Amino acid sequence: MKLDARIPSGPIEKAWDKARFDMKLVNPANKRKHTVLVVGSGLAGASASASMGELGYNVKCFCFQDSPRRAHSIAAQGGINAAKNYQNDGDSVFRLFYDTVKGGDFRSREANVYRLAQNSVNIIDQCVAQGVPFAREYGGALTNRSFGGAQVSRTFYARGQTGQQLLLGAYQALERQVSTGTVTMFPRTEMLDLIVVDGQARGIVTRNLITGELDVHFGDAVVLASGGYGNVYYLSTNAKGSNVTASWRAHKRGALFANPCFTQIHPTCIPVSGDYQSKLTLMSESLRNDGRIWVPKKKGDKRPPSQIPADERDYYLERRYPSFGNLVPRDVASRNAKHVCDEGRGVGESGLGVYLDFSDAIARLGENVIRERYGNLFDMYQRITDENPYKVPMRIYPAIHYTMGGLWVDYYLQSTIPGLFVAGEANFSDHGANRLGASALMQGLSDGYFIIPYTVGNYIANSKLDKVDESHPVVQEAVAGVKNSIHTLLSIKGKRTVDSFHRQLGKIIWDECGMSRTAEGLKKAIGQVRELKQEFWQNVNVPGSGSDLNQSLEKAGRVADFFELGELMCIDALNRNESCGGHFREEYQTPDGEAKRDDENYSYVAAWGYNGPDSEPTLTKEPLEFEYVHPSQRSYK
Amino acid sequence: MKLTLKIWRQKNRDEKGKFVSYSVNNVNPEMSMLECLDVLNEDLIQRGEEPVAFEHDCREGICGSCGFMINGHAHGPQTATTACQLTMRHFKDGDQLTLEPWRAAAFPLVKDLVVDRRAFDRIIAAGGYISVSTGNAPDGNAIPVPKGIADRAMDAATCIGCGACVAACPNASASLFTGAKISHLGLLPQGKPEQDRRALNMVAQMSEEPFGGCTNIGQCTESCPKEIPLEVIANMNRDYRVATLRKRDDLIQVITPVTTWSSDSKS
Ligand SMILES: Cc1cc2nc3c(=O)[nH]c(=O)nc-3n(C[C@H](O)[C@H](O)[C@H](O)COP(=O)(O)OP(=O)(O)OC[C@H]3O[C@@H](n4cnc5c(N)ncnc54)[C@H](O)[C@@H]3O)c2cc1C
Ligand code: FES
Repeated sequence: MKLDARIPSGPIEKAWDKARFDMKLVNPANKRKHTVLVVGSGLAGASASASMGELGYNVKCFCFQDSPRRAHSIAAQGGINAAKNYQNDGDSVFRLFYDTVKGGDFRSREANVYRLAQNSVNIIDQCVAQGVPFAREYGGALTNRSFGGAQVSRTFYARGQTGQQLLLGAYQALERQVSTGTVTMFPRTEMLDLIVVDGQARGIVTRNLITGELDVHFGDAVVLASGGYGNVYYLSTNAKGSNVTASWRAHKRGALFANPCFTQIHPTCIPVSGDYQSKLTLMSESLRNDGRIWVPKKKGDKRPPSQIPADERDYYLERRYPSFGNLVPRDVASRNAKHVCDEGRGVGESGLGVYLDFSDAIARLGENVIRERYGNLFDMYQRITDENPYKVPMRIYPAIHYTMGGLWVDYYLQSTIPGLFVAGEANFSDHGANRLGASALMQGLSDGYFIIPYTVGNYIANSKLDKVDESHPVVQEAVAGVKNSIHTLLSIKGKRTVDSFHRQLGKIIWDECGMSRTAEGLKKAIGQVRELKQEFWQNVNVPGSGSDLNQSLEKAGRVADFFELGELMCIDALNRNESCGGHFREEYQTPDGEAKRDDENYSYVAAWGYNGPDSEPTLTKEPLEFEYVHPSQRSYK
Repeated sequence: MKLTLKIWRQKNRDEKGKFVSYSVNNVNPEMSMLECLDVLNEDLIQRGEEPVAFEHDCREGICGSCGFMINGHAHGPQTATTACQLTMRHFKDGDQLTLEPWRAAAFPLVKDLVVDRRAFDRIIAAGGYISVSTGNAPDGNAIPVPKGIADRAMDAATCIGCGACVAACPNASASLFTGAKISHLGLLPQGKPEQDRRALNMVAQMSEEPFGGCTNIGQCTESCPKEIPLEVIANMNRDYRVATLRKRDDLIQVITPVTTWSSDSKS
């Protein structure tokens, strides 16, 4: 297979204009005759559904929560980037583009990133108009904060709840369309398979999570906006329900999965406290604006932080990266935290933690200013740890947070299956090997408000689709397959719970395909994952039935997919004999421990094809070319 | 520590429910309420019983999925805390906790601690938005918004739609929820053009659902994990009254659809 990203020819600044001009349009009067299925109601799915509903398409939107407003996007804290240059500090579309390509360690597609930077400005306008209460200056203008990997202040925010406010904006736009009848919402409905007829995506099989009924929905196009797969690690900052099932089932139907090993470890999360722990809590990156990160200089120094004098502290990020200091990108910050903890200088009971200290900022700005900026985050920290971060430095440790990998898409966000589009975190598109803070929200909304409505329309205008119905053999096979796997899961009745398998899988992936990876470890992990997967299918215990609300059954289906994905992540990581962004192979590092890329051999997107449960996946490469931002050793010194 | 959890078990809406007591040993004080239920559920599955169904997703107090009554308090006794963020250190060894679902006619029971809160979505769909289609927006800084206004709008906008206000209210009123959205949007200059119709339509929808009326008791604010102030209900009442007084009869119409064909199909 050859991958064609369909990047418009000509200068990058004009690419999106040209693409839009070349698109075929659907006659407005005909739009309602076309059905688009959108799986997901997060930023990407809600914004795409609302915008397509406004255009007049007949949209069906699906989510597994009881309301679209609860999608995982709601939890994003810190902010959203946009090249508005309101601060007059030298920002521009080109700079945001440049920072994002560099931040992604030169493993993303330039044309997509450029378009993202262009759309960023419209996103802020749209959200403000919808009533998103972004933070403001006294004069009434929008205000900004800084985020990692950038030296300009371009992050817009609504306290520590930016994702919530952006999602509510998109959700409200969605509900407006629900009230006009253009969008039909299917909450508590999980997509379990993709229907591909004559090579084109034509529908999905869903399960009603309350009644257990299986349904088939047909459409002219399917948009997956089902989020990221960070929960393969079991412990992550993702919501508990976040999963890879929609993407994975599409992958099994022929959509290539790109760069699965590109995962992001966020440097500032609350450290793990015990085995019962069900998830990890993020402390927003914005805290690094005012907090200083340090550990004791001495190994095993157990004194309370207040008793460690300044000259016995190592502010290691400021020391190693004087120009970016505490605001280095996430991959760099996380790796350094791991490094100092591996040296035995970690803090807290487990030794897996570093301090994030606000005492200097409080002395300089006053407690009120800090409370105004981060109050709700400080409260959250205190609620969880029972420690007061205004008085004692926070303890933080890296945790898995975001997945850059995802289904492969071309410039039009179409996967390798015509008619199947992928938006938001579920696609692999814009962040390369490392995502900069505040750019996932930007990407989700750029995809949903400003790209999908165009490209899906173009696809519809260019295709002639025959009618399909439930009697089609492909549909019957898909429904029977879903039924069968539900039945199998329920009838194993083994000895171990789904969660116990998930935890064990997560630990393998975290240990060997987490913050640092080695060929040897990855090979070991592949064997372990395969063994555990086998045991799962013989020994899992899923109680209850398939005909009512059965949360264990939902989890079991998701974990089954995580096994297969986990294996592919390790295969991908093993294939990539270089270090880049979040993918750190210990064998490939510079003398001072930074990631060492191999552009000659690995400047490509690794897109994997599925060949059945017991066969090796096929690798297809999309070579990456850099015309505007020249690959260099990423330096934040 | 050791706790007894007395939990409402009900297979579905049609079957009768009852309380069942379980004892959970090895409760770690650092655990959250939901993690404590996880521990119980793992144990139930091992014993071949059905685990307790409860709703959750973010487990950081922001998605609004979780929520049930804990010893008679919505989300438990801690103020400004959702069930997922309630740590067990607030209880002591030997305590008994009674867990039951939100009880309100507008929130029909689904299973165990899970209820159906779609009435909230319908209230938003009735008018809880600003009608601005994608692509229609002026520059973000075109309309300055005084910081104080933006802050107050944000205070109201932090509602997570969990339903604790309804569950805590003796009348099962949704006024805090509805008022929060009316205040958030009505305070902002961007939301002014639709202020009247929003109040009328949202209040109409709220009354259509089997929620009770507000008699200013204030339990809602007290139990709200986001501490939405009672003031939002006053805003709602004011907006509603002003809109009614203005009696502009075009106000109550259904939102004009954007495309002509859909208005055809409506009429
Ligand atoms: C704690 C936290 C903080 C963050 N903070 C920031 C930040 O400050 N700035 C930033 O830019 N990014 C941030 N991110 C990242 C960002 O929030 C996410 O990448 C982004 O919100 C993903 O949006 P999405 O629309 O792609 O998917 P999601 O919001 O994850 O939505 C997925 C949707 O798909 C549905 N779904 C999934 N599977 C199925 C299925 N099989 N069937 C039916 N429906 C399904 C779900 O119900 C849901 O509606 C943060 C992430 C976390 C975890
Ligand atoms: S689980 Fe999201 S608020 Fe509790």
